[in-house]
Amino acid sequence: MKVALFVPCYVDQFYPQVGIATLQLLEKLGVKAAYPPGQTCCGQPLANSGCERDALPIYRHFVQTFKDFDYVVVPSGSCVYHVRKHFDKLEQTPEVQRVRTTTFDLIDFITEVLQVKEMPGAFPHKVGLHLSCHGQRGLHQANESEMTPVRDGQLRRLLTSLDGLELTELDRNDECCGFGGAFCVSEAAISGRMGHDRAHDHLRNGTQVLTGGDMSCLMHLEGIVRRQKLPIRVLHAAEILNGATL
Amino acid sequence: MSYLTHASRAEAFNLDHERTSWHDETLWFVRQKRDKAVYAVPEFQELRSLASAIKEHTLSRLDHYLAQFEAAALANGVQVHWAADAAEHNAIVLDIVRKRGATKVVKSKSMLTEECHLNPYLISHGIDVIDTDLGERIIQLRDEPPSHLVLPAIHLKKEDVGDTFHQHLGTEKGLTDPQQLTEAARQHLRAKFLAGEVALTGVNFAIAETGSVVVCTNEGNADLGVSLAPVHVASMGIEKLIPRLADLGVFTRLLARSATGQPVTTYTSHYTQPAEGREMHVIIVDNGRTQQLGRPDFRASLKCIRCGACMNTCPVYRRSGGHSYDFTVPGPIGSILSPNIDLKKHSTLPFASTLCGSCTDVCPVKIDIHVQLYKWRQIIAEANHLPAAKKWGMKFMGRLLASPNAFKISGKLARTGLRLLPHGLTHNQTANAWAIARELPEPPKQSFREWYQQQAPA
Repeated sequence: MKVALFVPCYVDQFYPQVGIATLQLLEKLGVKAAYPPGQTCCGQPLANSGCERDALPIYRHFVQTFKDFDYVVVPSGSCVYHVRKHFDKLEQTPEVQRVRTTTFDLIDFITEVLQVKEMPGAFPHKVGLHLSCHGQRGLHQANESEMTPVRDGQLRRLLTSLDGLELTELDRNDECCGFGGAFCVSEAAISGRMGHDRAHDHLRNGTQVLTGGDMSCLMHLEGIVRRQKLPIRVLHAAEILNGATL
Repeated sequence: MSYLTHASRAEAFNLDHERTSWHDETLWFVRQKRDKAVYAVPEFQELRSLASAIKEHTLSRLDHYLAQFEAAALANGVQVHWAADAAEHNAIVLDIVRKRGATKVVKSKSMLTEECHLNPYLISHGIDVIDTDLGERIIQLRDEPPSHLVLPAIHLKKEDVGDTFHQHLGTEKGLTDPQQLTEAARQHLRAKFLAGEVALTGVNFAIAETGSVVVCTNEGNADLGVSLAPVHVASMGIEKLIPRLADLGVFTRLLARSATGQPVTTYTSHYTQPAEGREMHVIIVDNGRTQQLGRPDFRASLKCIRCGACMNTCPVYRRSGGHSYDFTVPGPIGSILSPNIDLKKHSTLPFASTLCGSCTDVCPVKIDIHVQLYKWRQIIAEANHLPAAKKWGMKFMGRLLASPNAFKISGKLARTGLRLLPHGLTHNQTANAWAIARELPEPPKQSFREWYQQQAPA
């Protein structure tokens, strides 16, 4: 199995430890992932701003970089959603179609491709789970409160298989954090307010460690946590599953 | 002409932190009521699919169903009028009112007449028009547009209503008891109902098979108005049609649950023919709808049954208020309807969203709202309505991110800059909107890429 690791542009620059944890976690699960050095970005920041046309060269570059792999694994549901959903703007050559179906979010890759449903190890902390909307509603990684009162999802199951880990019950289980890409600066007031409300839902309900599958939401929430000096640590789920300790 | 952006209005709304919390929590409460009602119906998702299919079918044969509806309504003795736009609609209403020599009009809730700005038109022609829905009456007294499809005065607190009623209805100053305020409104409206010469209503559903129109209210004000006045004028958009009476139950089961969490609206009134010696008119209005029908990517927006669930769930709407959208229909659905009417004026609305998709998931007729928001963004950018900084920034990023070397070098420069420059400069709130509410990430010395290259080859 030839597996490539795609590290989202902002993770590469600001959160290298998330890329490292992803690589090491995959290795523990028996997958030696390669990191093609020519990779850049999935193009989502442009496309969500309305500039899909300017993003096409980035899409093509992504396909060229990853076309020879069996799987592309990404520690971000949002980037995966973009590749799967919005690369429809490219001519649908066999290469494009292949990359669109072989690109997986890390958690989906672990549970669906590797069929790993439980993780060894312990993380004796109260953990608040924040799924990105693209992961949750776009890739259906978890039940949605719009549909059912039952809380379930792949990452929830993986995390709770760790010894001592307790998940926070939030007042609003799956409300958006307000990051939204360029939204975070173009609608700065609302974005900041949404992030504030999200962070305080976690604080109120006892979250010690805030985690999720998308570093973009977490970057935004961490920015608020640090600005307000809230007693919450922010870690990507890959770091926890890879055995992070506080 | 330049327009205020949604962001600037939203920022003003957010200046009052406590009131924003109150607005958000009030609407979240409605969303939770909706959730409870939805969870209690095991076949709710099937109902959504069915409703969506019925609406899609109807829209695909709209010409047929409109003609069928007209024929059935005419056979029932209803007078049917066709209006291409708001001006035609308003002129038809005025003509009906004048032919009766009437001056007193009572109106139940109708977003279409809001869209057509009927009230100011009638008033400027000497007609006294009174909104009889309580929320609508409150905002009519305040001379404000509705801020929500179903809850038009949801932006107001009971203290605001007390002030308004004190000023206009002469209630005691400082009165905030909802029951007493409602009673004052009832007494005030009772006289208006009794004096009404023409009753205007909206239409929730128009049934092609029977030629009937169906109006759903919780206050019974439509029934009261229509029963008392000798003339009933019902205004409907062309998209209100459903083929058969048998289809109606699908929608009535969805509408109230999605809107307020009620199993059904208190009143579901069918109007089929005028009573002896009375008149019933139906005005069928286009006003931009066929243009939207002609846009394959946005046609599905016409499936909307105006329940407002997308507003109640929208984290942006809840924290920015309906008036921040500056369009008759606010919230996510308004943000996909408004660009069809005026792309430039409403060009910031499709960006007033994180694309979280919750609107799509609550929509009882499965409109792909967040997908359409994304698609409008592309059209707005192509039409050159993006702010210049964003447009050129995106072009620059496009070049940068298609080139691994340029990406590598600029990333390193940015990280080094962030590390070395003083906090006050990197977090300047005028230059960096990120820093208004948040810290920037702490820049690491190495990118992942640099770390990876240092590892011993396998």
